[in-house]
Amino acid sequence: MADEREVIVSVKNLKQYFNIGKPNEVKAVDDVSFDIYKGETFGLVGESGSGKSTTGRSIIRLYNPTDGHIFFNGQDISKIKAHGPKMKEFRREMQMIFQDPYASLNPRMKVKDIIAEGLDVHGLVKNDQERDARVRELLDMVNLNPEHMTRYPYEFSGGQRQRIGIARALAVDPQFIIADEPISALDVSIQAQVVNLMQDIQKKQGLTYLFIAHDLSMVKYISDRIAVMYRGKIVELADSNEIYNNPLHAYTQSLLSAIPVPDPEIEKRRTRIDFDHKSPFKDDQRLQEVLPGHFLYCSNEEAATYKK
Amino acid sequence: MDKILEVKDLHVDFDTYNGTVHAIRGVSFHLNAGETLAIVGESGSGKSITVRSILQLLASNATISKGEILYHGDDLLQKSEKEMNNIRGNKISMIFQDPMTSLDPTMTIGKQVAEPLLIHNNVSKKDAMKRAEEVLRLVGIPNPAARMKDYPHQFSGGQRQRIVIAIAIVDYPEILIADEPTTALDVTVQAEIIDLLRELQQKIGTAIIFITHDLGVVAGIADRVAVMYAGRFVEYGSVEDIFYNPQHPYTWGLLDSMPTLDTNEDARLNSIPGTPPNLLDPPKGDAFAPRNAYAMQIDEEQQPPFFKVSKNHFAATWLLHPDAPKVTPPAAILNRFKKFEQLGGNAK
Repeated sequence: MADEREVIVSVKNLKQYFNIGKPNEVKAVDDVSFDIYKGETFGLVGESGSGKSTTGRSIIRLYNPTDGHIFFNGQDISKIKAHGPKMKEFRREMQMIFQDPYASLNPRMKVKDIIAEGLDVHGLVKNDQERDARVRELLDMVNLNPEHMTRYPYEFSGGQRQRIGIARALAVDPQFIIADEPISALDVSIQAQVVNLMQDIQKKQGLTYLFIAHDLSMVKYISDRIAVMYRGKIVELADSNEIYNNPLHAYTQSLLSAIPVPDPEIEKRRTRIDFDHKSPFKDDQRLQEVLPGHFLYCSNEEAATYKK
Repeated sequence: MDKILEVKDLHVDFDTYNGTVHAIRGVSFHLNAGETLAIVGESGSGKSITVRSILQLLASNATISKGEILYHGDDLLQKSEKEMNNIRGNKISMIFQDPMTSLDPTMTIGKQVAEPLLIHNNVSKKDAMKRAEEVLRLVGIPNPAARMKDYPHQFSGGQRQRIVIAIAIVDYPEILIADEPTTALDVTVQAEIIDLLRELQQKIGTAIIFITHDLGVVAGIADRVAVMYAGRFVEYGSVEDIFYNPQHPYTWGLLDSMPTLDTNEDARLNSIPGTPPNLLDPPKGDAFAPRNAYAMQIDEEQQPPFFKVSKNHFAATWLLHPDAPKVTPPAAILNRFKKFEQLGGNAK
């Protein structure tokens, strides 16, 4: 079933190293491969330092990948030049929503200019009238008052700012949005508002999301499929229900066992599964499909035990 | 049980460029010896200011305009700065949210852990360092004797939070105030720190005031819970009362807007509409009314008093008034009521 679906983003053996050749070399993303299907929400979870944000930033080419390929609608975008016309074309199709709604909006720009910057860069509007009309439409889409388009970011709350960030990403009418922890900085009651909004817009516009987060219950709720990252590698990838009901990797199990549940009875009975961080990977292991649509980072022998 | 701390009708104001912000608007609670009280609320609800008032660690533009903070019957607000210094870090100590900024980067961790002992107690440096080593072992720093000579940057985030906890407990405080101690940490590390706090509480009998916005964490650590909104408590009770028999619509909203692993993915999340009120000009009636689907006429006009739900469970909502119409809470809350009855309680 999964194979018939159209792939929008395909990541093949992506490596993103920093400080190459120096004593402090970091293999932030180390040989990662996965496909994202058109119209789905693909969740990427992991703890800080696991490489999940770096993966997102490499896909949208904020970095030059050290090795490997990224295909977007079948086209290899891993080598296109940073300031060339192809990059501009590509960035119209792929946008990003950032974690911190305070740091990601220029405090000296009016909301309408923040949102319209993409429109200007890509020459999508002919005159100011058209520009304002589009900004109004976008503000309306994210449930903000269009009358507030001449205000500055400091006049908005965290949740409202994140809506402005979403409106900015939507301005150029992209196909694919990378949302890097878009709700982590928001309060519980505001998180649900933003998640509902993102889902409504996805339905209306047929968007595809890469949703990066560490809040596992929210990721499960919003994602169709989930990849778990650990130390630069994907250790497990499956449908979101499958990951939660049948986690196979010891790291996934430990991560799931640590999620706090708002229910004292469950909390009292909780047993945490510890994960041995000393030597997590062996040379004969790789990410492979062990059950239909369920990928696990393991050796061939281990994989065989699941396939039986 | 022994009440060791009692806060009575606390009011805190902040002078700002835009006017006076009434950040805390009449908060009262007590803390029993050895228990864990969790204060839950969103950013800006006043939970940090409430506990910082206890140690008088407020910003210079803040004034405690009214109230009493009784520690064993003694009003801390009447103490001199010198007397307060003998209480801070000794009888009552505090752990802050960010383990990256609450340690001194230029001082070895051994010295930082020993510092409270050298300030408060008449101990030799050698004894203090020995004690520091013991406490570092207690909080789970491997090989503490050698690592005492290391600096904060040589430790991971989780280990730094353990060191911060070591500093806070080195003098066996009677009260430990933990202000979002796990918010900056990863889930697995968070679980370890919470386990550690529980274990320490059993070993040294410290009472804990735990501040967080994460209801999952609260469910795991608290004996009693207070829910805070716009500078006031709106509901408080035992952890079972709050999670299985919540009465205030804000508590319902909080419990309902978090997806759990069982939440149906096809359903929309129940979000609380709108944003908290501006406390420069607090609303006359119930501060939650504009966001409350269950609000009545009286909520706009008059602040609801606390109504008694059961012996230790109180909620400030007009819905509990005998004359109020009966309302049906959200489905997820009704499920919680069912669980309350299974546990032998009598849900409303």
